[in-house]
Amino acid sequence: MQSPMRLVTLENLTVRLGGHTALSEVDFHIDKGEIVTVVGPNGSGKTTLLKAIIGAVKPRSGTLKHADGLRIGYVPQRLAIDTTLPLTVRRFLCLPHRHAEPTLQEALKNAGADGLIERQMTALSGGQFQRVLLARAILEKPDLLILDEPTTGLDQPGSAALYRQIEKVRRDLGSAVLMVSHELHVVMSASDRVICLNGHVCCHGAPEIVADAPEYRALFGSGTQGALALYRHDHDHHHHGHPAHSHEHGDCDHA
Amino acid sequence: MLDDFMIRATLAGFGVAIAAAPLGCFVVWRRMAYFGDATAHAAILGVALSLALSTSVFAGALAVALAMALTVSTLSGRGFAMDTLLGVLAHSALAFGLVSVSFLQGIRLDLDAYLFGDILAVNKSDLAVIWSGAALVLLLTLWRWSPLLTATLNPDLAHASGIDPKREQLVLTLGLAIVVAVAIKIVGALLIVALLIIPAAAARPLARTPEQMAFSAAVIGAAAAVGGLRLSFLFDTPSGPTIVCTASVLFAITAVSSRFIPR
Repeated sequence: MQSPMRLVTLENLTVRLGGHTALSEVDFHIDKGEIVTVVGPNGSGKTTLLKAIIGAVKPRSGTLKHADGLRIGYVPQRLAIDTTLPLTVRRFLCLPHRHAEPTLQEALKNAGADGLIERQMTALSGGQFQRVLLARAILEKPDLLILDEPTTGLDQPGSAALYRQIEKVRRDLGSAVLMVSHELHVVMSASDRVICLNGHVCCHGAPEIVADAPEYRALFGSGTQGALALYRHDHDHHHHGHPAHSHEHGDCDHA
Repeated sequence: MLDDFMIRATLAGFGVAIAAAPLGCFVVWRRMAYFGDATAHAAILGVALSLALSTSVFAGALAVALAMALTVSTLSGRGFAMDTLLGVLAHSALAFGLVSVSFLQGIRLDLDAYLFGDILAVNKSDLAVIWSGAALVLLLTLWRWSPLLTATLNPDLAHASGIDPKREQLVLTLGLAIVVAVAIKIVGALLIVALLIIPAAAARPLARTPEQMAFSAAVIGAAAAVGGLRLSFLFDTPSGPTIVCTASVLFAITAVSSRFIPR
């Protein structure tokens, strides 16, 4: 078995934001082709973790390593476009670098946003907007796709459709996916690994290992039990026949 | 040709309008209007200092405007609400400037000329300074256009594309200080921001892309400069304010007409 290619490695990373410690001694890595989801309560440092990886916040200590020539596609949590800024989808996709027309069309098609290229960004619906963001993120065929709560503001069918699209993009491009999500049943059924964050890494591992961890239960309480039960049914169904795999990667500890 | 004061004034207005247009678009998109005010008001202090030290007014205004812009950039995001911070700095810079002017003894300073501009008094060397400054700002904005636009859209997206938004902010800050320093002679410290914002705002309904907006803003700004000068000549009104009035009429026209033209 070939050892997987490390795309991003964080060691002992601590980030301070405005006088408080947002992340404390975080170890993290993501390999080629993996889907890793970050869960955690509000203010637990999920977005900060993603921002540290793209270089938008500077760590106070610890190391951050990217694989050589790593291409990252990033979908931010919120993108408020000022109404004073006229911006067509085409122009948005060409920021900061221009791309050939076929490249734009292909990315839009892959993201499920065909036919929107002439539209104004501010005139898009929530679902269309998120798809265009996804299209921009996959323009340069990234090795790693980073999504910060990509379904914020979408209704249930809308967010389910968007997750299917992300899954399809990942299959087509073979990109690794790192995302923050609140939709635990989706997270649990679609991720290779889950990181449960609360300022530090509470626990991590295969979804079912994390779901059983007391640290995770302490954070998410009984409110998620129903959702988890629902997912479990799904999960057994889809991943039937690979029980050993998850245990190999399962690892829960209290940091 | 340059011996005619109207031609010199027109060329000066043209230069500033064209340089201010793309920069003004960023001021509008990034909601930096107050930031522009703070920079412009600080320039009055610069004028006073340069007269006291007998250096060129342009250099003094540029130095103090730049210092102010950098101070605001540095202090932003450090616990002060931005509008409060800018409100404090903009008005205190103006007040300190006005007070410093009163200390200047033996120099008769025409304060009106710096507060409201004196475009008709532009001489050949002023014109050279204005056009050099304008060309510099224009080149700077065009050179950084794409990264600036990305950083304006979202700082995190910029980071993910390898662009440092702080650096782009610095480019804007520098451009703004230069525009203020060259425009103080044209419309004066109190109305500089109008020259940045009004053409950009007037161009908004006409544009589908950022580039179209910047280009239309330049055309509108230049038209306001030429038209305003003409009107001020005809009606014997102060030139700087008349240019700004013309620009606001153009704004009203595009704003109203856009409501009746389906897009």
